[in-house]
Amino acid sequence: MTVIPGHGAAVSLYPRLAWYGFRRHATYWAAALAGAFTNTVFGVLRAYVLIALWQARPGLGGYDAADAVTFTFLTQAFIGPMQLFGGGLDLPERIRTGDVALDLVRPASLQLWCLSEDLGRAVYLFVVRGGPPTLVGALLFGIVAPHAPAAFFLSVALGVVVSFAWRYIVALATCWVMDDRGLAVLSMVLTTFFSGLMLPLTIFPGWFGDLSRALPWSAMAQVPADVYLGTADPARALGFQALWAAVLLALGALMTGAARRKVVIQGG
Amino acid sequence: MIEADGAGRTFRVRGRVVHAVRDLSFRVAAGEFVACLGPNGAGKSTTIKMLTGILTPTSGRVRVAGLDPSRRRTALARRIGVVFGQRTTLWWDLPLRDSLELVRLLYKVDRKVFRERLDEMCDLLDLGGFLATPVRQLSLGQRMRGDIAAALLHDPVVLVLDEPTIGLDVVSKAEVRDFLRRRCAEHGTTVLLTTHDLGDVERLCRRVLLIDHGRLAFDGTVDELRATAPGRASIEDVVAELYLRSRTTPRTPPLPLPAPDGPSATA
Repeated sequence: MTVIPGHGAAVSLYPRLAWYGFRRHATYWAAALAGAFTNTVFGVLRAYVLIALWQARPGLGGYDAADAVTFTFLTQAFIGPMQLFGGGLDLPERIRTGDVALDLVRPASLQLWCLSEDLGRAVYLFVVRGGPPTLVGALLFGIVAPHAPAAFFLSVALGVVVSFAWRYIVALATCWVMDDRGLAVLSMVLTTFFSGLMLPLTIFPGWFGDLSRALPWSAMAQVPADVYLGTADPARALGFQALWAAVLLALGALMTGAARRKVVIQGG
Repeated sequence: MIEADGAGRTFRVRGRVVHAVRDLSFRVAAGEFVACLGPNGAGKSTTIKMLTGILTPTSGRVRVAGLDPSRRRTALARRIGVVFGQRTTLWWDLPLRDSLELVRLLYKVDRKVFRERLDEMCDLLDLGGFLATPVRQLSLGQRMRGDIAAALLHDPVVLVLDEPTIGLDVVSKAEVRDFLRRRCAEHGTTVLLTTHDLGDVERLCRRVLLIDHGRLAFDGTVDELRATAPGRASIEDVVAELYLRSRTTPRTPPLPLPAPDGPSATA
């Protein structure tokens, strides 16, 4: 019998982990609601900034003012499920405290284990932290209707996978740097800007704009928002996200192997 | 069931090579209940990590349940159970029942067999009253019983217990010990226990391995251990004398305490 880590675990294990991830985060509903409130308030502030911008430059980045306002509240709604400010995984803490030893004696893939739990977390936060900003945005400013709802939900799901794959890489890097805080800050800066949360990436001209839209972070907010608005071809957008998801998950899997060897063989 | 042949493990700490464990050889037969003693930093945790596949020996070899732990990690994980007394595998925010149910899925235990084992655990460990309680609300004694149940529900052939009674009150300790003795004898489980509580050793183990400075310093029965320091009344005094004796012999090279323990230092 050849042993491939993770392939021995029951198929029903991972859906169960997602369900536990959902319920685990549902325990902290007050924190989620507080987060939703903050995301909504900042959404209103951002909306006014973008309204001012689009009044001065109508049609900027291919959006009209209504698109820009919708973009604002959608990306605010993504902060929770996509963890755009980082975090959401227990792994860095478990590596620091040594609890990861327990993860290493489980006959399951560490990456799939964390992914499953994270998907459950994202579903919960999509509802609890995504609903309020979208609703308030619709009531106060009016937001446009989704262009392709099914493609949009698929795009959000792929965005969560890309977000997980990235955060998992950052988390595992703790194995090499001892302290993950510096990495967490770097990741937060990259993610908040290049996801399109600060400003829509569509407004940046030239090579910088092209680059920002090609990086994986755009898959976490810019791309799903564009699928919603109909400003991106859904098939192309989903393909772009799927590609980054595959690349980052593969990189994470390689790092898992390297981290295991580092701990197991080098021990230091 | 457990074999170590000249097993050694070195770490590089700031360019210096540190021997956490050196030339360790012992054999544990199927069904034995063995205690592994040693002062802090002696190499117990490193030994346990080599036996569970978390660390690869840098010299010699180990075999557990017929497998090379570091090469056949996943296969071994299905055959062993591990309890780290200072850590928990249970889901903090969810009822205990959910964590145990996950064990069924993780180890692919048949639903009916699982039901029977869980009933047995509930009976012996008295889990019934808090199966529906979120783990964060459990007392340490209840949590430890939950962790022990989680480590046994897939009926492992080898059970590794790393300080399973740490922090427990006398009654909880007695309950945990009674359960372990009975359950492991009935199922013929091979057990390796590390502890600083010599009550665990007296109540559970016939045989004691004493690791010091990364070497095997003693391997024999509890009575033989007593005989090494005649005139000492309690086993605590005997072990204290053994630890102190070894302290007076110079340490070459000196062992940094944190390195061989917790993966926080090794990771």
